[in-house]
Amino acid sequence: MSIRQGILALLTERPMHGYQLRQEFEARTGGTWPLNIGQAYTTLQRLQRDGLVEPVPDDDANAPERFRLTAAGAAEASAWWTRPVERTAPARDELAIKLALAVTVPGVDVVAVVQRQRTETLRALRDYTRLKRDAAPEGPELAWSLVLDSLIFAAEAEVRWLDHVESAVARAAVARATTRRPAAGAAQASGDPTAVGHGAAGTGEGGAR
Amino acid sequence: MLRLRRVTRVHGYGAAEVHALRGVDLDVAMGELVAVMGPSGSGKSTLLHLAGGLDTPTAGTVHVGRDDVGALDAKGRARLRRRHVGYVFQDLNLVPALTALENVMLPLELDGLSARRARSQATAALAEVGTDDLADRFPDDMSGGQAQRVAIARALVGPRRLVLADEPTGALDSVTGEAVMRVLRARVDAGAAGLLVTHDARHAAWADRIVFLRDGLVVDSTGADPGPDHLLSGAVRA
Repeated sequence: MSIRQGILALLTERPMHGYQLRQEFEARTGGTWPLNIGQAYTTLQRLQRDGLVEPVPDDDANAPERFRLTAAGAAEASAWWTRPVERTAPARDELAIKLALAVTVPGVDVVAVVQRQRTETLRALRDYTRLKRDAAPEGPELAWSLVLDSLIFAAEAEVRWLDHVESAVARAAVARATTRRPAAGAAQASGDPTAVGHGAAGTGEGGAR
Repeated sequence: MLRLRRVTRVHGYGAAEVHALRGVDLDVAMGELVAVMGPSGSGKSTLLHLAGGLDTPTAGTVHVGRDDVGALDAKGRARLRRRHVGYVFQDLNLVPALTALENVMLPLELDGLSARRARSQATAALAEVGTDDLADRFPDDMSGGQAQRVAIARALVGPRRLVLADEPTGALDSVTGEAVMRVLRARVDAGAAGLLVTHDARHAAWADRIVFLRDGLVVDSTGADPGPDHLLSGAVRA
């Protein structure tokens, strides 16, 4: 959907042909979401079919065909800015699914899964940060810099969520161990093998019951 | 520049014995910033104290440059800290009776530098953190962010080869926090070795490498590469 809307938004500036649209789309978003030329033309065809764009009449016959917005297309483009992006149906997130399964499938070392992912996400975060350092937060680089911010915030949120998963899992392990041996008491908690690796944020809750 | 080999640090005795670090190896080269992350109690702060000669290992060796920190006496360690190690901690108390410039000059004068040379180095350090206009202000007349930056100038003043930072952005807002990270990064890019302890992923992301500690052990680390080229599939940007 974002390609379709993106193309309509770009066409509010001036008529363009497919290749120009592709270039502009990638330049504005820093090439983060590459748009291949086939996608650009297929999308233009669909937009034309839906009556939102039309070829520029009396254009140079030897040049690539340029498209402009119809009245309906212009209305759709301006409606896009005021309509919030829908957040009701969560995007399918492999990591969330993986961890939901990891905590339920027996025998999975959740702490190791979390740590492996944290390293990977932090590496991405570091690399985005490097790019961000060189992107000027004004002028033509502003759009690119903000796209990077979006990626940085998302990666940061993912790391925070991973930390949360880790301590929640540690907490659950402690609770399980306590229910299994209700008479064992708090003194034993530190020697409990299931509590190993609960150093996360989980210190202090052992022996609560 | 900084080299830890099989470093173990045990606090307390007998039943109260706590292994803060258990055989940690770590290298930080000149021009490299390494971030250390890990839950509370994982040994991060102990690691930083050992690296800066504020503490000595129970076993293993810590080298800063050619100096074996464990082999130095207290006086030698104090000299190392004063001359070569810059500390950026969360609570860096400025002396209220001294101006920003005088605060930054203080460690240099304690080290026997002439007032004139101390003044010129301190002025440069204030400029490095973008607070040269505050030189004549007293700490009470500064905002929290300004005071923090002056404190960082004091920590970095002179030719420090090793910069150690423990949650250096503390309670600063995100824009000021970023400015602090820029200063640290610039100093490291200019040739110092940097070790940063933080729980904040955004700040750790300024480092070349991130090392994870848990229960006194290094459990994982990001490599120094791949760089941004591998990251964005678009490859539109050169």
